Amino acid sequence: MLLLNASGCLDALTAPDVASSLDAFVTKTVTPDPRKGNVPVRIAETDFGMLNAIGLANPGRDVFLAETLPQLRALNVPLWVSVGGFAANEYAETCAQLDDVTIELNLSCPNVDEAPESAAEIVAACREATANPLYAKVSPHSWDMGETVRAVEAAGADGISLVNTLRGVALDARLRPKLARGAGGYSGPALKPVALAAVLAARSATELPIVGMGGVCTGRDALELIACGATHVALGTVLFADPDAPARVREELDAEATRAGFDGPTDAFGIAVHGVARPAN
Amino acid sequence: MSRPRRERLRVTGVEDVGPYALVRVDRGGLEPGVPGQFFMLEAPGRVLPRPMSLCLAPRGELGFLLDPIGPGTVALATLEVGDRINVFGPLGNGFRLDVARPLLVGGGIGIAPLPYLSEALERPPAVLGFRSEHHAEAAALLPNAEVVIDPTLITEVMPLDRDVLACGPEPMLEAVRALVPDAQLAWEAPMACGYGACYGCVVEVDGELKRLCVEGPVLCFS
Repeated sequence: MLLLNASGCLDALTAPDVASSLDAFVTKTVTPDPRKGNVPVRIAETDFGMLNAIGLANPGRDVFLAETLPQLRALNVPLWVSVGGFAANEYAETCAQLDDVTIELNLSCPNVDEAPESAAEIVAACREATANPLYAKVSPHSWDMGETVRAVEAAGADGISLVNTLRGVALDARLRPKLARGAGGYSGPALKPVALAAVLAARSATELPIVGMGGVCTGRDALELIACGATHVALGTVLFADPDAPARVREELDAEATRAGFDGPTDAFGIAVHGVARPAN
Repeated sequence: MSRPRRERLRVTGVEDVGPYALVRVDRGGLEPGVPGQFFMLEAPGRVLPRPMSLCLAPRGELGFLLDPIGPGTVALATLEVGDRINVFGPLGNGFRLDVARPLLVGGGIGIAPLPYLSEALERPPAVLGFRSEHHAEAAALLPNAEVVIDPTLITEVMPLDRDVLACGPEPMLEAVRALVPDAQLAWEAPMACGYGACYGCVVEVDGELKRLCVEGPVLCFS
């Protein structure tokens, strides 16, 4: 099991120690052109989570490849590059220029307009462009998670990342949206049941590796994702509040596995899937 | 520069200063850092910590002035002596102290970093603006300051031949900057992480987006 960060929840260059405490570092999403991102206000806390509308701020593919990537490689942490775009060929062109990294396709950012192609079409285009391991990060909004997962697997994905944020809105005292963009991506503790359900449904549909994420704050949360079928676990919002979370979650994970009656966390893998009654069809 | 650390620190005092609250914690292994730097304070029961610049650095303690206006700051203002909270810092870039003729300028809760800054600069002149007499009680933290109260604005009374170090609401900072273009200004924005991870705390200045936690919170434009 690898412990990762969720894309956009850590900058390895400003916090190299935190990145080094993970098994691999996942970059902020890289798009073909530079993006300033959305105007502030970009974040708002809610009672059980937070909203963000950063808007894929990044220096663009060329600067990323020429400047950011060499600096990241110097950290000696295995790299996952999150790739974004606004059309399948944009994703594929970035994938073609990446070597010796795992690629996570961001198919589900709630804060920008989406590519017109389906997730499976984008995966297929990228599969042709790269031999690197290819993970598809799909949206929790997906109506039929099993169908989505089977489609991206058939298109050539090597793994699935679940979940991205859910779209949400928070209002201020004067009943105006707190975020300048209105809606943003909802993350944090409130997202955990959504993530568990998505991973459970995905695990029922595929044997591919799954990176589970969404609301993980403790080792118990990580263990629950593993029980639902996550192969790896990523930390998101918790990193904002606790940069020491990777070491703490790892430590708690072992203790929680023992408490739940397992020899280790991986022994709990998929255990929750077996408890779900199968539909008649 | 002081290396940031994160420790669970004991609350040693919470007192009212006008409408504001001064929260003091044991310093533990944390360095106070440069005036204008900030710390992320765990707000009990909330998802995210809250960024607070250091107000006072008495021996063995760190003191933070905050305005209890939302659930996080209220949670901090209602801490009790003996409670423990996680504190992470010092973070960001503080004020440059190599100034010949300093003038401290503060507005409202923006006076928070000025007492510690004043101490570092050996009590230079200061001008503070508040919206009411009640809010102006916080001026007691900076005994040598000139105080103005709304509708009088700081920009009406501040001398212009000084090296200005300012913290306050954005309209005040913009007005100060219009009069003194090379002023050092401490900005504020909602912030999730405080260490460059979330990209939430950008402010747009002259068309450029700055990540306040790593490029600020003190910015200078000329």
